Amino acid sequence: MIAEGLLYTKDHEWAKIEGNTATVGITDYAQQMLGEITYVELPAVGKEFRSHDEMAVVESSKSAGDVYSPVTGTVSEVNPKLASNPELINDDCCGAGWLCKLTITDTKSIENLMNTKQYEEYLKGL
Amino acid sequence: MPFIANTPDQQKQMLAEIGLTMDGLFADIPPELMCASFNLPAGLSEQQVRNHLAELADKNSTNLICFLGGGFYDHFIPAAVYSIISRGEFYTSYTPYQPELSQGTLQAIYEYQSVICRLTEMEAANASLYDGGTAMYEAMMMALRITGRNKVIIDDTVNPIYRVMIRSYTRNLNIELEQTHSIDGLANRQQILQKIDDKTAAVILQNPNFFGCIDDFTDIANAAHQKGALLIVSCYPISLGILKAPGSMDADIVTGEGQSLGMPMSFGGPYLGFMATKMQYVRKMPGRIVGETKDRFDRRAFVLTLQAREQHIRRDKATSNICSNEALCALTALVYLSLLGKKGLKQTAQLCADKASYAYQRLTAIPGVKPHFRAKWFFNEFVLDLPREAADVIAKLIEKGFAAGFPLSRYYEGMENSMLICVTEKRTKQQIGMLAEALESIL
Repeated sequence: MIAEGLLYTKDHEWAKIEGNTATVGITDYAQQMLGEITYVELPAVGKEFRSHDEMAVVESSKSAGDVYSPVTGTVSEVNPKLASNPELINDDCCGAGWLCKLTITDTKSIENLMNTKQYEEYLKGL
Repeated sequence: MPFIANTPDQQKQMLAEIGLTMDGLFADIPPELMCASFNLPAGLSEQQVRNHLAELADKNSTNLICFLGGGFYDHFIPAAVYSIISRGEFYTSYTPYQPELSQGTLQAIYEYQSVICRLTEMEAANASLYDGGTAMYEAMMMALRITGRNKVIIDDTVNPIYRVMIRSYTRNLNIELEQTHSIDGLANRQQILQKIDDKTAAVILQNPNFFGCIDDFTDIANAAHQKGALLIVSCYPISLGILKAPGSMDADIVTGEGQSLGMPMSFGGPYLGFMATKMQYVRKMPGRIVGETKDRFDRRAFVLTLQAREQHIRRDKATSNICSNEALCALTALVYLSLLGKKGLKQTAQLCADKASYAYQRLTAIPGVKPHFRAKWFFNEFVLDLPREAADVIAKLIEKGFAAGFPLSRYYEGMENSMLICVTEKRTKQQIGMLAEALESIL
């Protein structure tokens, strides 16, 4: 199950680009690999990341995974619901389970992301 | 009996299989680090070894009347402590990975964490660390992780042994360690407050401090918090029977040496590092944590929790490489505290303070012996100035049967004549009198 209209990284993050804002989350593949998610460590609003920088940590009952920023930008908002309901990521990883929003500061950083079709192909090769 | 289980023939076979010689196997070790010889003497029989060890043990003076403190304390240990902890189920069990097999051990650790929280007035404690010094180092690293900063302020009233440990641990890390210099036996507030800035990760203090003086760090906690820094306080658990707990000073991380909670003083330990913090920082805390839960029949049960911080899951991103704990020592502390109870702990602490106060009066009445600091507030340790070098006097007092104190010149400049004296509940009025007489006769 791969959502349409999103861009993807090889580390299984997705980004939804609207103007200069990127909403970021982890993909269905990633949430399935992690299992039941119990905690998310989100970045502070205002923090700057370059694409591929470690941005967040998603913890599950059996594992923990780093989330890398798919774009270069500044955190403008984090999902406030994840603190008490981290399982939103399992339930709706590409919707209600988004992690944070970034204001993109380098539009070139989007160019390396995969579209739905490319990500589908990439998953088949894993 | 050889210690290496395989025979030379088997070794040859194994080496042939992998196509190496014994020297080739260790070729990665630089030659300058290779021992030419281990210079091991021939083996001895069991009886010879016993005699040899007994001779060595006889060189220790184990019957000195102890007025030594400085981080490790001679408290009374009820016999029941050892009887309980030496039960096979506790004594031999390894790290409790499997909750279905380890409910007893897990519950004991959970109860230990609970008593540490109550004692320090903090919200969450881990299952213990190696000792007071490593616990302080781990607290510092935790503060760096929480704040994302790298400046640390530490006052020289913090146990010098801990400061040496922190320096050696951080030698190759990018950490700016700034030491402040105490005034009249107390942490240097002015310097500390001046140094706290928006690069500061933590202020590290100790109460009672190395000189035995007591303080309230609430103001420093406030100042640190205003700049987004944390306050780490190391404390002496017995003193918390009567002193204000670091938690009520709003400390963020509390650590300490737990030896005084039922463990004998012995060179090299094993000792017990404890650590407690606020709930908001629990995921940044190193070490194991046991949590309470329910099993599938809805019964109260215990498991290791928040393990995603630890190295078996997080690998190089783990909060710390320490994921062992001192489970048996933690159990000892728990058993000790439950035998004493709330009243007993308070009474023990009060006795320490009262007897130290008496000893202070008695010893400062000796001509030529003066208190080093003007500050009068101490728990069970205080610093005396002698008319001559303290190390000399201490050596002479050992001959008279007293471990009389700690010569402060070992760690502090300009304190050649100063001696740190400790009095626990075990010391009697008579023993204090005997020390006073012995000291007076020497001076």
